[in-house]
Amino acid sequence: MLALVAPSVLFIALFFVAPLGLFFYRSIDNSEVPGWLPRTTAALVRWNGEGLPDEAAFRAVAEDLAALSGTTALPLLGRRLNHNVAGFRGLITGTGSRVELSRPGSMREQLIALDVRWGEPVYWQTIRRERHLITPFYLLSALDLRYGPSGAIERAPAESAIFLGLLGRTLVISLVVTGLCVLLGFPLAVTMAAASPARANALLILVLIPFWTSLLVRSTAWVILLQNSGVVNQLLVGLGLASKPIPLIFNRVGLYIAMVHVLLPFMVLPLYSVLKNIPPELMRAAASLGAAPVTAFLRVYVPQALPGLVAGASLVFVLALGYYITPALVGGPGDQMIGYFIAYFTNTAVNWGMASALGTLLLLVVALIYLTLGRVVGLNRLAVR
Amino acid sequence: MALPPHATALERVTHVGVRALSVLVLGYLVLPILVVLPLSFTAGELLVYPLPAWSLRWYREFTTAPIWTRALWNSVVLAVVTTAVATTVGMLAALGLQSLRSRLKPALYGLLALPLVIPHVMVAVALFYYYARLGLVGSFGGLVMAHTVLALPFVVITIAATLQGFDANLPRAAASLGASPLQAFRLVTLPLILPGVLSGAVFAFVTSFDELLVILFVGSPEQRTLPRQIWSGVSETMSPAVVAAAVVLIGVSLILMAVVELLRRRGERLRGAPRR
Repeated sequence: MLALVAPSVLFIALFFVAPLGLFFYRSIDNSEVPGWLPRTTAALVRWNGEGLPDEAAFRAVAEDLAALSGTTALPLLGRRLNHNVAGFRGLITGTGSRVELSRPGSMREQLIALDVRWGEPVYWQTIRRERHLITPFYLLSALDLRYGPSGAIERAPAESAIFLGLLGRTLVISLVVTGLCVLLGFPLAVTMAAASPARANALLILVLIPFWTSLLVRSTAWVILLQNSGVVNQLLVGLGLASKPIPLIFNRVGLYIAMVHVLLPFMVLPLYSVLKNIPPELMRAAASLGAAPVTAFLRVYVPQALPGLVAGASLVFVLALGYYITPALVGGPGDQMIGYFIAYFTNTAVNWGMASALGTLLLLVVALIYLTLGRVVGLNRLAVR
Repeated sequence: MALPPHATALERVTHVGVRALSVLVLGYLVLPILVVLPLSFTAGELLVYPLPAWSLRWYREFTTAPIWTRALWNSVVLAVVTTAVATTVGMLAALGLQSLRSRLKPALYGLLALPLVIPHVMVAVALFYYYARLGLVGSFGGLVMAHTVLALPFVVITIAATLQGFDANLPRAAASLGASPLQAFRLVTLPLILPGVLSGAVFAFVTSFDELLVILFVGSPEQRTLPRQIWSGVSETMSPAVVAAAVVLIGVSLILMAVVELLRRRGERLRGAPRR
């Protein structure tokens, strides 16, 4: 019987587990630097990291760069090291194309004459630190940390320390969306659970219509509705609720409106599947035993609704964390979440290490939620559809 | 739930309040879609009310302009092939898992459900990185594999749910009467689980048909599907043709999902008790 499952497992292994595994490894993969600078990295092992390295190291870097000259590896190496220290790109490509190995005399003097930056320890220290096959550089960067000149881990300078803020923003947006989904979804699920079977069915269909409508189409709809000349602003101005159109798109308000709309069914469906199984007799029993309605609600109804609430809320939260399409269409530059930056570092900056480090960070948060909330996450309860 | 006659004023207010809020929330869920769709029937260029006049011009553009017809064609071909692969592979997995009596079972279920829980943008970027090494970026096969992986969990879960009400003695009875395993499957098992298989196929089709991120990262510029064309339409020129395309996209999803719902209800009726 295992043979029947094998094709699926093979599919998932080859086209899901393997790509993600390789992608995550990319966040620590550093094989390029020792691969392209074999002599230099070997020579720098002997250097203690203070001042400038010896003549042998200068000779080694000259030979390595001369060997790469004219190949695509030279600019790629420059770009790779430029992630660590700005300015490395020009240093690498300029030196590689102009260095003369056969010229007699000190290579140290020749290189510093070519580019004074070879006389600055920071470039040498960076190569020395990045001499291993793996590097913590990207993961540290994703946490706004870096190696200082002394080799100790320190906070990144303010202008490049953007990632903790990004993580915080992603968490805040996801939390607010989850909170709004609970506030809006709970009354609706209660009404659905209390309705007669025929009416509950009709209400369920109204929840399922947006659930079955593609995420892209719903985000597009909000772009059209929320723009300055859009229907929402036409209504607000027409009803006299606003004197001129309110900016509702490309900002946080618009993002919340659209994201809550997209994710609300993921709250309502698991919650409804729990609420409809709460026997109404229990509330009546509580009342007959003298509980005030509020007491009965809080001590009898809510505890039984809690699995549904937790299931829906954790599902909404986890889904919101990874959102990309809706913020990209409806949010402004200050409303983009981790997913946007994973795409940005892939498409625009072509910095795979950073894209992968952010992906690893996102996955860690998601995994943490699944591990702590485990089985309660509402995936299995979505089956009401 | 009607209120008892002895309900207090507070209970009545809460009751009315919860209902009113529910109506508002339902409006919020459904109205945006219902309000936007008619804009595709405008005779003008702008996506605002009131419409200058009703017209089908944007649907004419959708059905004649090559960028849209090619996108629709690409979407349909990709979704059909994905559905065939995902349904076949997923059905085998569901059948295998059902008769598996091993501690591996939950682990296998977990593995097959994994694509549901990982953010799609990460899957898309990881596949781009992987395909770039394998030379599969922009290949049709690569897209089919990626969409199959995303659709597989839905197929396996749907068919596995159908199999729970399936009497495993039936194919055994067929075998005892001399049917080969293939005959027993074709003549006994398949007809009984067909509604589940069709539902799984619909989920696979819709997953592929609505999918944007994998196409965006892994597809070549020529591999424009309907979602991708809508995406670039929204970010560039928001013409009513984009909304017409959205109407088509929603229409296909809703009709197919309604089919699934009918199949599910039919299955429940046939099995007697509602099993939720």
